[in-house]
Amino acid sequence: MKLRKPECLTAESMHYCPGCGHGIIHRLIAEVIDEDYKDHKIVGVAPVGCAVFIYDYFNFDFVAAAHGRATAAATGVKRCIPDALVFSYQGDGDIAAIGTSEVVHAAARGENFTAIFVNNGVYAMTGGQMAPTTIPGQVTVSSPYGRDPKVQGYHIKLCEMLIPLDGVAFVARTSIHNLKNIELTKKAIKRAFEVQMNKEGFSIIEVLSNCPTNWGMTPAESMKRIENEVLKYYNLGIFKDKGRGI
Amino acid sequence: MKVLMKGNEAIAEAALRAGCECFFGYPITPQTELLQYMAKKLLKSGGVFIQAESEVGAINMAYGAASCGKRVMTSSSGPGISLKQEGISYLAGAELPCVIVNIMRGGPGLGNINAAQSDYLQATKGGGHGDYKVIVLAPSSVQEAVDLTIKAFDLADKYRNPVMILGDGMLGQMMEVVEFDENYKRPRTEKPWAVTGERNRPKRVTNSLYIVPEELEKHNFKLREKYKKIEENEVMVEEYMTDDAQVIFVSFGMCARIVKSAVNKLRQSGEKVGLIRPITLYPFPTKCIEKYANFDRIKFFIDVEMNLGQMLEDVKLSVAGKKDVHFYGRTGGMVPTIAEIENYYFSLKE
Repeated sequence: MKLRKPECLTAESMHYCPGCGHGIIHRLIAEVIDEDYKDHKIVGVAPVGCAVFIYDYFNFDFVAAAHGRATAAATGVKRCIPDALVFSYQGDGDIAAIGTSEVVHAAARGENFTAIFVNNGVYAMTGGQMAPTTIPGQVTVSSPYGRDPKVQGYHIKLCEMLIPLDGVAFVARTSIHNLKNIELTKKAIKRAFEVQMNKEGFSIIEVLSNCPTNWGMTPAESMKRIENEVLKYYNLGIFKDKGRGI
Repeated sequence: MKVLMKGNEAIAEAALRAGCECFFGYPITPQTELLQYMAKKLLKSGGVFIQAESEVGAINMAYGAASCGKRVMTSSSGPGISLKQEGISYLAGAELPCVIVNIMRGGPGLGNINAAQSDYLQATKGGGHGDYKVIVLAPSSVQEAVDLTIKAFDLADKYRNPVMILGDGMLGQMMEVVEFDENYKRPRTEKPWAVTGERNRPKRVTNSLYIVPEELEKHNFKLREKYKKIEENEVMVEEYMTDDAQVIFVSFGMCARIVKSAVNKLRQSGEKVGLIRPITLYPFPTKCIEKYANFDRIKFFIDVEMNLGQMLEDVKLSVAGKKDVHFYGRTGGMVPTIAEIENYYFSLKE
């Protein structure tokens, strides 16, 4: 089988570390867009963090937002171009710490765009500090003795927090630690975009991803860690799909 | 047709007449009527109105909408403008047009809700991070607020830059008779940079990130060139009774209006006084003040503000040591009276 580059990806080589999950997730988004939204209007909203250069890798319009503000910027964009497919792409520090307020309220307002939330449990770009999603016991450069819930509090399960909001139409948590889950992630992105285009409300996909560099692991070890450790704290599934009665 | 309107509502109406399509705001006294007016009008007319979860949310929604090439407004007062500074820096960095209204209150911190000019430095010297400038317009009547609001949208589009209307609680809350220009025609501004999502052309990105130092320096030099153009072309200033004046007051906004009354009274007593009122606070009318500083007949300047001398350094820089510059100010939401200004003038004369 010959693997072809999706048309909506540019020829630019990605800056991500070897084995990083962003490349896989970018490709999945690109495949969905090629399959379902070939000539459709699209605007991506770029985050601050590792994926800050995402606008270099896709060949459609982008708005680069301030740290944590991608869902606010996406709100402004989608309200101005209601017929465009709009998605924000954000890491866990971006969406679940500094941008918590913006995502909760965009969700509550039922803004018709999709947030793609990449959860690798660390602030990767700044060098692997503890994130809101860092799991108990996890050692990071700013939780050097392991995250102790008594000291640093518990990890945030953003998806579970958003489910009860009436404006939220689709919530899923997926993973990219093996082929089966990569396929499921693609399906979830496809469905989230569909929900958005049906104007059902806010859609979010949390993708459990890896950070070999800051986890101090090989890419293969990092995938195993998702399966063996991260999944204990973050269960996968489609938690809400209003249109399908879930 | 002349109508009686509250300052905040008149600014909102002017914005709508200028073609404002999107408003994002958060309630804060003394500007809230502006947000309420927009809620009433924009929701009915198919425009975009969102009462955001915070000022941070509001300015970043404005950033998104401005990226799409729309005419966008947000408004607030001091504490809220502080929160918006992050977004204002990004708007300036990404060269996006946006009109920001600051109906100032007393500060620092929560301060109070009275009329003050506490945010001059924040408005004119950056406020957010980085080498950037915001065009700052300071009306001294409700009518002027209307005229400058319309101009603000044109300037924002012309220079792809945020423009701030800097008023105070008094301007926002008072009612005056205003007339709207029925013949206003929005200048045709092409926006070939606007994000629209279309796929049949090269992609467009609104961004303020230049990771390579050489590129960021180039971008900053480019912005600097733009600001030079603004400084050359957009200075607005009112000179009042300055032709034969020996002492010149410098004051802006509503405070200048009180000073103008003091000038009128002092003139009745035979005092040769005048007023220079910067209408644009950035670009500051340096050349105008400098011109008077060079006249032998000018004895000294008096800067009057509703703060502790935030514009004073700009006035002094313009005077360049050629004459003394005295300062009289009230702060904390206190408004100087005509009598206080007269007394201060006479105390200097003695």
